Amino acid sequence: MSFINYSSREINCKLVYYGPGLCGKTTNLQYIYNKTREDAKGKMISLATETERTLFFDFLPLSLGEIRGFRTRFHLYTVPGQVFYDASRKLILKGVDGVCFVADSQLERMEANIESLENLRENLTEQGYELDKLPYCVQYNKRDLPSAVPVEELSELLNPTKVPEYEAIATTGQGVFDTLKALAKQVLQELRKGS
Amino acid sequence: MLTPQLVMYEEEVRQIQNVADRLQQDSRSQAILVVDKNGQLIAASGSASELDTTSLSSLVAGNVAATGGIAQLIEEEEFTGQFHEGKGKSVHMTIVGRKMILAVLFDKSTTQGLVKLRVKKASVELESILLEVDKKAASSKNDVFSEITDADIDNLFND
Ligand SMILES: Nc1nc2c(ncn2[C@@H]2O[C@H](COP(=O)(O)OP(=O)(O)OP(=O)(O)O)[C@@H](O)[C@H]2O)c(=O)[nH]1
Ligand SMILES: [Mg+2]
Repeated sequence: MSFINYSSREINCKLVYYGPGLCGKTTNLQYIYNKTREDAKGKMISLATETERTLFFDFLPLSLGEIRGFRTRFHLYTVPGQVFYDASRKLILKGVDGVCFVADSQLERMEANIESLENLRENLTEQGYELDKLPYCVQYNKRDLPSAVPVEELSELLNPTKVPEYEAIATTGQGVFDTLKALAKQVLQELRKGS
Repeated sequence: MLTPQLVMYEEEVRQIQNVADRLQQDSRSQAILVVDKNGQLIAASGSASELDTTSLSSLVAGNVAATGGIAQLIEEEEFTGQFHEGKGKSVHMTIVGRKMILAVLFDKSTTQGLVKLRVKKASVELESILLEVDKKAASSKNDVFSEITDADIDNLFND
């Protein structure tokens, strides 16, 4: 749910990175955090287990420039990907303005990808959203690994509606900002439509 | 419109700010945060400028969301208030008007009892302001964004 504050002249939007355990959601946010100027970011908060798995969420506030005199702020969240944290994932999806599904390109993670994508659809529906009507993009992460499935196959399997899709290596940052920009753009375009 | 938006105009933000300021003084607390349930800060008062209010807002909302999840699982409608007590500082959080959270940070210079009492009064005031916010949102369109061009959006990312 975007928040438009006419008093402070700010637009706030919530973006959520979703995907199976270990697909690289947290790594996306860490890269964005590391590469963003001090004055354009807040603190990154990670509520994680001792083994650095996301327990509740990661949170990164970004402040992009101004549009028509309004400062645009994006609140980036990741969900915990591990299957048994479903209750937490539902909470994080509340009020979402845009979703990035991060897929793990490795062949051995295909079932996990499919399961997570179905879970995303279900959880959104439960909250009264529809994935196909939300700003939404897909990222194929871990392109550097030997067992990475060709993008065409991933796309067929995980992106039947052909939303914008990006290849990425989150550890080196490849594709990370392309994904973020694409999603942020869609969210702003949606805001325009809605007004 | 697909996603519901929260739109706040100056008048209501000013009123909320006033309630927060008064609550901070009356309860003798350190800081007040008014946060929407999704973790976006609406107003802050007291020593809030020394705090990382963006982080705090997100965590307060996460905390309230998690507690709300627990309430649902045990079939309790909603825990309306929560209280975390530390050695020096404490936090009191309440849900107001179903979509806002009022968080009060306080120390030994006041008591939980006084904070609770003042929060109750402030909640009532906030609720009526929020009703006004809803009414306005339903009746007016925010036209600033209809004029956004693709170039405006692209420019945001040129750095
Ligand atoms: N080789 C390679 N490793 C990656 C890539 N992206 C992330 N990783 C590694 O994968 C592991 C898991 O990454 P995280 O970002 O913690 O995964 P996550 O999706 O947040 O996982 P959960 O919090 O459990 O949902 C880490 O060791 C990362 O360094 C990538 O593109 N290539
Ligand atoms: Mg993670």
